[in-house]
Amino acid sequence: MAVAAATETGARPSRAGRRLSTPAWVGTVPFLAYVAIFLVWPTGIVVVDALKNPNGAWAFSNITELGNPLVRGYFIGSFKLCLLSSLLGAVFGAILAYAVASGDPDGTVRRLYLAVSGVLAQFGGVTLAFAFLALIGPVGLLFHASWFYSFPWGITVIYTYFQIPLMVLVFLPAIDGLKVQWREASENLGASAWQYWRHVGGPLLAPAFLGGLLLLFANALSAFATIIAWENQIAYIVPQQISTALSSEVGLSNVNVADLLALGMVIMVAIVMTGYALLQRRAARWLR
Amino acid sequence: MAALTSVGETPLTAPAGRPSGMQARRRKRLNMFRYVVFTVFGLFFLLPLLAMVRFSLEGAKLGTWSVTAWKQIASYSGTGIPPLISSIEITLELAVITCVVMLVLLVPTMIWVRLRVQWLARTMEFLCLLPLTIPAIVLVVGLGAIYNKIQHYSLSALMLFWVYVILALPYAYRALAAGLSAIDVTTLSEAARSLGASWFSVMVRVIAPNMRQAILNAVLLTAALVLGEFTIAYLLLYNNLQVELYSISRNTPNAGVLFSTSVAALLFGFALLMILSYAGRRRRGRG
Repeated sequence: MAVAAATETGARPSRAGRRLSTPAWVGTVPFLAYVAIFLVWPTGIVVVDALKNPNGAWAFSNITELGNPLVRGYFIGSFKLCLLSSLLGAVFGAILAYAVASGDPDGTVRRLYLAVSGVLAQFGGVTLAFAFLALIGPVGLLFHASWFYSFPWGITVIYTYFQIPLMVLVFLPAIDGLKVQWREASENLGASAWQYWRHVGGPLLAPAFLGGLLLLFANALSAFATIIAWENQIAYIVPQQISTALSSEVGLSNVNVADLLALGMVIMVAIVMTGYALLQRRAARWLR
Repeated sequence: MAALTSVGETPLTAPAGRPSGMQARRRKRLNMFRYVVFTVFGLFFLLPLLAMVRFSLEGAKLGTWSVTAWKQIASYSGTGIPPLISSIEITLELAVITCVVMLVLLVPTMIWVRLRVQWLARTMEFLCLLPLTIPAIVLVVGLGAIYNKIQHYSLSALMLFWVYVILALPYAYRALAAGLSAIDVTTLSEAARSLGASWFSVMVRVIAPNMRQAILNAVLLTAALVLGEFTIAYLLLYNNLQVELYSISRNTPNAGVLFSTSVAALLFGFALLMILSYAGRRRRGRG
């Protein structure tokens, strides 16, 4: 449909006198086809199948199954875990980011913490569960935490391990954006440290902080490997239940359970990421 | 621990002359705060890793030391699961294939879009960043049908690269976009074209060498991602390193090899990303 328009615009920048047998956009077809097959199509399958019953007939009433107490339980579990781990991660990450930012901008500490944060923010996965098992598990080296296998606290502590570094990475630019002059100006006007943070620093950092919080929330929402290595018997959160639904056929009757849960997750992530994008735009105003 | 010893060298203490009393007090408090914060967080990040290292060096009796678990990495084979070394091989091969496919797919397309089809730039950025917002577990639900078809042709776990390229898109795209915006693509390509170069040599011999730093970044990030991937392999019933570790932990709890392999994989990932941060720093120094 867009092809006709595309050809015209695509042809314009070409040199005069060159014969154009194929429009320029054809060069992007391999990429677009690849993304269509392995990203757009699977996502489409999830959405369509969630709204069908197993016989293949449309059943928009499926969506009401998201309100089913059983299903709702997994979403509440996910919500609890994501909220706790993102709150803890955001607060501690912000403190750490402030400590890092207040040092030499080219110093070893900053470079080390940034490099390590980059690694640890990616360090989810099964390995992370093993590491905490070795530290505070039933035969842990440090001590045996009786709450290690309790939901959500045990897993929240493990999640903060990758949430804090991520917060450092996304929050540091905002702190760097705080100008020394603002602090000096408020001090010259007689403001105490508390007043400075309450009236100047705090409000300036708030959008970036909330944005970071939402990013952490989405990050926790899609994490799966860590929690399955931590506890694979009981399903607490949506991804665990999707995994169970995929490997067994039992579940809610006449609904494609996995697809429905996946659709619910897509909706949740979409809401969170939209909020993130809006807050990022708001925060960017001060980061010049 | 270098982090803790060098905390004091902040620029705040650098300026000559005597600071006023109030500033000096604040500076002292700030340094105190930094010491405490770095120590506490340093411990939080270090202790689990050290615990894992200690477990990997556990001897046959509790409390003894031995390197058996590290030697076992090459030979370990649990009952009912493929040998550990084979899953390591598969994962490394996957990393290489994914990097190659990612580069072949992304680099020419990005350059092409930049030069000739500007109006597609926004769409392309959106598509590349999309995987960040679609959790892997959601993707896998829809991928079932597609992988059913792929499995008609090949059952090898190497087929995972198809979707790993998608997972790597956001990271690779951002790395490459940064490199691409740092050079004047239009001038370079016009110069090359007016000297008679084909589009192929414009990309391979002119533009790509100018963004090799960005290409290296993209490759390292992609490799790190593939090394740590679990969700998709596990749910599509393939066996890569992470899935293998998970299976070992289910079959034989407390196997030392679990910890030695985890530590080894982690160190490998660390090394990759350290190369990245070091290489990135050098470039900034020059520019």
